[in-house]
Amino acid sequence: MDLMEKLTILSAAARYDAACTSSGVKRGPAAGGIGAAADMGCCHSFSADGRCISLLKVLMTNACAYDCRYCVNRRSNDVPRAAFTPRELAELTIGFYRRNYIEGLFLSSAVLRDPDYTVERMVETLRILRYEYHFNGYIHAKAIPGADPALLEIMGRLCDRMSVNIELPSEAGLNLLAPDKSRQAIFGPMGQIRDGITENRDAVARYRHAPRFVPAGQATQMIIGATPETDLQILRLSQGLYDRYRLKRVFYSAYVPVVENTLLPALDTKPPLLREHRLYQADWLLRFYGFRAEELLDEENTQLDIRLDPKCCWALRHPDFFPVDVQTADYRTLLRVPGVGVRSAKRIVSVRRTGFLRFEDLKKLGVVLKRAQYFLLCSGRAAPGLRMGEDTARRALLRLEAPSGCAGEQMSFFAPCER
Amino acid sequence: MTYVYDGTFSGFLCCVYESYVNREDPLFFRTPEEGELTLLPERQVFTDPAHWTRVYDSLDRRISPTARRLVEDGFLTCMEERERALLELIRLGYEAGPSVTRRLQDERVYRVFRAVRALRNEAEQYRGFVRFSEFDGMLAGEIEPKNRVLSLIAPFFHARLCGETFLLFDRTHREALLHSGGRWRILADVSFQMERADERERQYRQLWTRFYDTVAIAQRENPVCRRTHMPKRFWDQLTELQPENRVTPSSPASGRSPAVPAGRSVPGIPPVPGRTAPGSDPGNSAGG
Repeated sequence: MDLMEKLTILSAAARYDAACTSSGVKRGPAAGGIGAAADMGCCHSFSADGRCISLLKVLMTNACAYDCRYCVNRRSNDVPRAAFTPRELAELTIGFYRRNYIEGLFLSSAVLRDPDYTVERMVETLRILRYEYHFNGYIHAKAIPGADPALLEIMGRLCDRMSVNIELPSEAGLNLLAPDKSRQAIFGPMGQIRDGITENRDAVARYRHAPRFVPAGQATQMIIGATPETDLQILRLSQGLYDRYRLKRVFYSAYVPVVENTLLPALDTKPPLLREHRLYQADWLLRFYGFRAEELLDEENTQLDIRLDPKCCWALRHPDFFPVDVQTADYRTLLRVPGVGVRSAKRIVSVRRTGFLRFEDLKKLGVVLKRAQYFLLCSGRAAPGLRMGEDTARRALLRLEAPSGCAGEQMSFFAPCER
Repeated sequence: MTYVYDGTFSGFLCCVYESYVNREDPLFFRTPEEGELTLLPERQVFTDPAHWTRVYDSLDRRISPTARRLVEDGFLTCMEERERALLELIRLGYEAGPSVTRRLQDERVYRVFRAVRALRNEAEQYRGFVRFSEFDGMLAGEIEPKNRVLSLIAPFFHARLCGETFLLFDRTHREALLHSGGRWRILADVSFQMERADERERQYRQLWTRFYDTVAIAQRENPVCRRTHMPKRFWDQLTELQPENRVTPSSPASGRSPAVPAGRSVPGIPPVPGRTAPGSDPGNSAGG
């Protein structure tokens, strides 16, 4: 089989993995080697679905010993199988990297023979890259559940980010659709990686040249819409992962029906893209805006509002919190205003020291006034010509989200990529 | 008053110097090549190292390093009446001190801030969108930026391709970034013609294009989102969007098919050993 065919099969098999970022680690060039890593990552292209392409995202092989119902690579599915040899994959990565096509390698794999053998082949690829090509670019590797902890340890020293996919947001879903994977097999390696990172932080603090272990942290991914979990359950799970496992990112992947199975949604089901988008928005609120899952949803409202973004929803439910005065409110309060982001909140705090801010100035700072005007005061006054009231605000905000009145099919979703 | 200067950054700083020495308020700036006909009196400004270093140091000392960087980067932008805007900013800075870079309410500051933000954004985009081709071990690429981004992206490419010899040509401004022996410099007034790709180079282009096509999920197609992140003006510089790099798939395992490859084994692809992996016991491995 030639390289073109292998690449086609093995990148097609990897495309449902959402975790394709190259951020979180900064590293200069290696002497006599190639590559560096930029802290905020770098998008090299955007595919036809609008997602960022940052890494060469492939499977080592798609020949799998497992039989997970939702997965294209499951044993019982009759598809062409292929496998890279470690050397040809390393060479391909370097060839792409030199031409500035990619930021590095994202390497996952189906379970070939058994988890240990699979990880050994992945480790060999990374070893060739790091020690023969002296490649200093970004490497993201998937931990294969069930592999020997000693092998994961070696892998963690060769790559920048590791991830273990949760796959489904609940154990019931996992038992139903992925009978070969257990909750324990997923959280075991996740805990191991977390402890490795903590230990390594101590070592690096003590010895400057201590080898780094998973310096860009770990991530995970779960499939949305294949099983009946609520958004509240999903966000609680993510919050727990950020708190307890100190994950850098949780990726959500709208379920794309690729396999016919009575346990799964029908093949003509549309992937719940808008729901995925809302979950990402809520995820951002958890990580950067100081929100807790319980503030966004509760037992009465277990699903995020599809029509309105979660921050607007929260603001409309808390009229007592608003309006907020831009001149005096602290940074954390500003962050809770719809239409104000991390950058614009920082700019407001810096610019207001030089003079009073007017509404037209806020626009220059990157505030989205269309949303923020209902919640802000400048010099103690509301935006000129604005009619207040909870219901006017709600109706106006709804109109912003769906200008054509439809359910937002035409909306452009941000790509789940960098930062 | 119109100032005629050599078009370089140090030349511009000399204009700032002259405007203070002669107590003048120049409205227009041009280089000798730009033979614009104006009725205003003109002054020839010569680039004198003593003059521009004095202005350059004063930006740091009397305003702030942030302001100095804003002026330096502002000079690389494609902002309208660039020199005039920067001169106004510098004057305001001398009066107001370091806080000038925070005064975004002031139109004179905001104008430069906005242009520099656009420049830095474009530089960030080009970090990803530059495509190199290999010719006999050397790399070459072309870009077509609105702003003069080369000096901003040079450190990035220097870090990742430190041992390589490469050339990056800016078609808009006819400048080139040349990197060899671990050092880089920017050459002005360059003309450059890309060579024809050899067999190996073509193969890499085709592999990359195939990867690009395969990795997209058909059910999620979203042209608006793609254009937002990767505007069309970049497309003719991107390898993966050139039709000539797209080879027709030879097998039904094509990435263009909507979901799973058609479900039949392709003749000629031997089954990978261990495909059904009878030896693996998931129940066992879960415990490890």
